[in-house]
Amino acid sequence: MSPDLAAVALVVLLTLGIGAYGLRLARTTSDFMVASRGVSPLWNASAIGGEYLSAASFLGVAGLVFAYGADMLWYPVGFVAGYLVLLLLVAAPLRRSGAYTVPDFAEARLGSTAVRRLASVLVVAIGWLYLVPQLQGAGLTLRATTGAPAWVGAVVVAVVVTVNVAGGGMRSATFVQAFQYWLKLTAISVPALFLLLAWQSDGAPDLAGPAGPVFRETTSVRLDAVVVVDVVERVVVQTSTGARVLDPGTARLEGVVVFPAGSAVPHVDRIERATGDAWARPLSGAGGLEHPLYATYALVLATFLGTMGLPHVLVRFYTNPDGAAARRTTLVVLGLLGTFYLLPALYGALGRLYAPELLLTGRTDAVVLALPAAMVGGALGDLLQSLLVAGAFAAFLSTSSGLLVSTAGVLLQDVLRGTVRDFRRASVLAAVVPLLLALAATSLPIGQVVGLAFAMAASTFCPLLVLGIWWRGLTAPGAAAGLVVGGGLSAAAVLATLAGLVDRGWPAALLAQPAAWSVPTAFAVMVGVSLATRGSIPAGVGRTMLQLHAPEVLGLSRGR
Amino acid sequence: MSDTPRRVAVTSPRTRGVRRPPGRPALAALDEQDVVGDLLIRSLMRAQLGLGLRLAAVFGILIGGLPLLFAVAPRTRDLEVLGIALPWLVLGGAVYPSLWAGGWLYVRLAERNERDFVDLVERS
Repeated sequence: MSPDLAAVALVVLLTLGIGAYGLRLARTTSDFMVASRGVSPLWNASAIGGEYLSAASFLGVAGLVFAYGADMLWYPVGFVAGYLVLLLLVAAPLRRSGAYTVPDFAEARLGSTAVRRLASVLVVAIGWLYLVPQLQGAGLTLRATTGAPAWVGAVVVAVVVTVNVAGGGMRSATFVQAFQYWLKLTAISVPALFLLLAWQSDGAPDLAGPAGPVFRETTSVRLDAVVVVDVVERVVVQTSTGARVLDPGTARLEGVVVFPAGSAVPHVDRIERATGDAWARPLSGAGGLEHPLYATYALVLATFLGTMGLPHVLVRFYTNPDGAAARRTTLVVLGLLGTFYLLPALYGALGRLYAPELLLTGRTDAVVLALPAAMVGGALGDLLQSLLVAGAFAAFLSTSSGLLVSTAGVLLQDVLRGTVRDFRRASVLAAVVPLLLALAATSLPIGQVVGLAFAMAASTFCPLLVLGIWWRGLTAPGAAAGLVVGGGLSAAAVLATLAGLVDRGWPAALLAQPAAWSVPTAFAVMVGVSLATRGSIPAGVGRTMLQLHAPEVLGLSRGR
Repeated sequence: MSDTPRRVAVTSPRTRGVRRPPGRPALAALDEQDVVGDLLIRSLMRAQLGLGLRLAAVFGILIGGLPLLFAVAPRTRDLEVLGIALPWLVLGGAVYPSLWAGGWLYVRLAERNERDFVDLVERS
């Protein structure tokens, strides 16, 4: 067995093993479902961090920075800042609401089963949209490191996660995910250290500079399918059928192509070639990004406001004993995430120098995995690569478990209804659909798809939570209208982008980053319709507000 | 030793309705949601929302203002500090500890608001 496969097997076994250990500890149904709330803040924060750091963080951010440069640094900034916004506006009241999911919150706050059902549909939609890139990332990782077909990784992750979630519930998920945060941090920081040393001993070459990416040495690129590339400089390459001259313009490449040392790297047609200076500069549109200022602000809005609405984030708050603990846990999470996100961009930057062939193949999400072999090599390089593969699998497994727990929970409560036995069936259903989507869909960059899930959450659950917590005037019709409009608009934009309906100009930019227009619209509709239906403000709103905001130490009667 | 359970007397306080906590009218006002209770909880909500929004605004301007700064003053895109390009220094590093510091400040102040509220309610 190759070391990479051994690493995957080890992570899978540890995940299942810790899961089974957790299961032994879970004795009652309430243990099983919500971990009994007996989880300490550091454990809980580690679990939140472990669950949150997904394929997008471990592979996607580096891949985006590698291809599109400085503007992509906003992805990790937004992923962390989203937690600050969550802390400032919703953490403690949300915990005090006693809601386990957004639909629970909607029903408790507005007393409407219609809004509850709408929210359930959205939870499942966002959960599935977020699961697809996790499974695709798994396929990509196994293909890049072991040459296995792309479906293998996706199926492995889907099966392991379903077994673990269906068998262990929340309790074991907490243990597994806390462990996986530390595994991911180790897996990304140890290789980074060696890569930096290798870069130093290489004479610390400039990471930016006036030139575009070049092959530093004679490079043999293997292509599994035909790739259409843009050639910028005339170059003579060796192929299996002999020498071939590539003239500037478009060229179709396949099989094994050998580029001479010092030649410019032709880029796959969806990525524009950029000089190092343009790549390092914000708002330069490097890589062919259009309307970068708009795209940056829309991304900021999606990530800052979307985090609070992600299905697997809210569930975790339920495991805090009270509102104050929820705040403190979130603060620890901010620290854990901030530490992790110092590293992915480094991989993206080093990739420009040491793995530029990925700009030709278009598999930019594999840049993290490609660097140890390219920069360190030998047995140490293999070992570091295996460590990264282990970290990547920890990312796929933990985020997928979190998403699966929440989507299965919602499917169970609002679709299947019943006992723990049905929770198992719900988990299977919740995993099968995204697996089929992942196998069928063409893959966009992982980070971008996850960004779309954030945009959808920001356009629906952010207004529902913020207005529901702070504004007595929110009504069930207002919330429903806002969810329908915000969810509808963002879902339409997501589908149009995934299907590649528009690929140039303002329409493409607006659809690829919908949050800038869909979030304000959702807020406006929710407020407007609530004002118009003032008569249907829930009667118990005063009691609800007391429950959400009064500190627990006062011992006021809670709930209904 | 006999297995027969001992006789126990079962009594009831025979009060009508819920007993008010003695000497803590504010707590009762909150619990019963009369005018005073309503004012009290509204004041806490206003303090907490104001705190959250003020900090959100500070970070919105400091961090959210960066793309605009890069857009209107293009020279800042190439500025170097300690040999590292300013955008990378800020977005790749400095922003994370500042977000944590913001969170820390918020937790401190929000807990103080709640302590003040509890003092107010318990003392009255």
